[in-house]
Amino acid sequence: MAYSVLSDGTTKAKATAVADRARRDPMRWVVLAILILLLAFTLFPFFLALLNAVKASAEYAVGGPLSIPRSIDLTAIEKFWTVSDFSRKLLNSVVISLAVSVLGVLISLFNAYAIGVGKVPGSRVILVVFLLGIMVPQESIIYPLYYMAKASGLYDTQLSVIIIFAVLQSAFGTYLLSTVLSTFPKEILEAAEMDGSTHWKTLWFVVVPVLRPTLMVLGTFFFIWTWNEFLIPLVMLVSNNNQTVSVAMGLTRGQNMSDPVLQASAAFLGIIPTVIFFLIFQRTLTRGIAAGAVK
Amino acid sequence: MAISSQRSSDGSRSYSLYLIPGAIGFILIVLIPQLANLALSFTAWKGVGTPRPVGLQNYHRLLTDDQFWGSMYHTLLFIVSMTVIPVCIGLLLAALLFDYVRDQFGEWVSSFFRAGFYLPQILPVTVAGVLWGWILNPVGVINITLKAIGLDNLAQNWIGDATYALAAVSLVIVWIQVGYCLVVFMAGLSRIDPSLYEAAELDGANWWSRLVTITIPLLAPEIFVVVLTTLIAALKVFAPIFVITAGGPDNATLVPSYLTYYHFFTTQRVGYAAAIAVVQTTLTIALAVIFLRFQSQQEAKE
Repeated sequence: MAYSVLSDGTTKAKATAVADRARRDPMRWVVLAILILLLAFTLFPFFLALLNAVKASAEYAVGGPLSIPRSIDLTAIEKFWTVSDFSRKLLNSVVISLAVSVLGVLISLFNAYAIGVGKVPGSRVILVVFLLGIMVPQESIIYPLYYMAKASGLYDTQLSVIIIFAVLQSAFGTYLLSTVLSTFPKEILEAAEMDGSTHWKTLWFVVVPVLRPTLMVLGTFFFIWTWNEFLIPLVMLVSNNNQTVSVAMGLTRGQNMSDPVLQASAAFLGIIPTVIFFLIFQRTLTRGIAAGAVK
Repeated sequence: MAISSQRSSDGSRSYSLYLIPGAIGFILIVLIPQLANLALSFTAWKGVGTPRPVGLQNYHRLLTDDQFWGSMYHTLLFIVSMTVIPVCIGLLLAALLFDYVRDQFGEWVSSFFRAGFYLPQILPVTVAGVLWGWILNPVGVINITLKAIGLDNLAQNWIGDATYALAAVSLVIVWIQVGYCLVVFMAGLSRIDPSLYEAAELDGANWWSRLVTITIPLLAPEIFVVVLTTLIAALKVFAPIFVITAGGPDNATLVPSYLTYYHFFTTQRVGYAAAIAVVQTTLTIALAVIFLRFQSQQEAKE
């Protein structure tokens, strides 16, 4: 007894000593300075875009990219907004991403319900096939999809992109949700069954309410992934009116590229929605990335 | 086991109804196109008319196509900028933020840095491309700045000169990728018992030896996963190339994905493009199988 008190005491004393030593470490400011420099390098492009997007072209010509704008001039932002029909692109991106996140979560939920709760035979194989299916490069399905879309009249419609991404992303969603659902408390399901609930009712009134936070995270992910997608929307959405923000940005190269302030404005407008999502969903995103990588 | 299989024998049929939408979608969007692409790779086709079967001719041509081999070689280099460098930087930063900054300056400062380094990762790649294209082009931010401080001879055509283009694109990719590695590693570190670090510190281990003897071994699962997922991503890299250099100059930044896209939609050599996609798919699946095996081993351990 005495010994344990003693050892406990010394550990504590030692721990405090370590903590004290750590607190007084003179290196800490050097480390912090290095980290701040690295972070400044990482964030500098964002800062530059902001700085120059609000600059008058004449001022850029004189002071270059690093000068602080003397007044806020939104001409270039307005110009890029009009030339690229940015409101239209934003609306397209929002519609497509929202539709994909709802549809994708729904498909994932159904699949995962059958696999995780229903323990459908062969579910392990189904999961692996789904996952392999989406890990392969999109180039390997793009031409047949392009051809099918043309044949079915879905080419250059947002519906084509919505269907494709809802299916592709539901593979990851199925994987994530079935691991969650396979540990769903049996007692609750059995109790529901005893009360005469059908599978359909159990799904909506028992499973979904419990899963709601996870479903929201998944939906957020689908939304942002779809927002950022490039190849498939590039191929499928050829007309200007249907394009997403991401595609419009990808096609900016070559157009308007002679005016550096206009370019900065383009980048700035592309960044804004992302930063807004980031501020709203920062925790969800950073946690979810990790959950996605290692279960 | 017996009980659950008994239970599922009457219930599983109605449960399997829930797989129908997902299965139809998968068959239409993934399986059929995948098989169609494989079939196309054995044909010559311009995208109109009927594909003409040519056996292994496309694959034969691949073997002697300098553009293809060049693109595969660039993939190897992009593995360095997409996997090797970001994983190393991510490890160092994660260990530093978790094991040092958090003790010295508190949780809030450490989370702040993590969020800051992560930001480029969620930007649409095309936006990152516009942003960096603007910085790297001949009259871009870097050259203007170099000239302003009198270093005119250091100014280069960063993305328009074959000597520098690959390095310039790699820099952008590293910039994008570090955040992903960092976030996964920090999440992994949060499950490590901090007393391990305290004990090591009492034994006089400095920060570097704590990194090598504690952090890296304990983060092995995360490192493995990040390495594989970024390798898979490196094989498929497309958007940064499309936006920043379009594979140029002189094919200096050409990658298989861009080559496939180019042949599908520009030269209309559909069969040949399909063959490149098949090679790429095969490599990706090989990596993906390793990945899935690893994940199921991890699950078995738990």
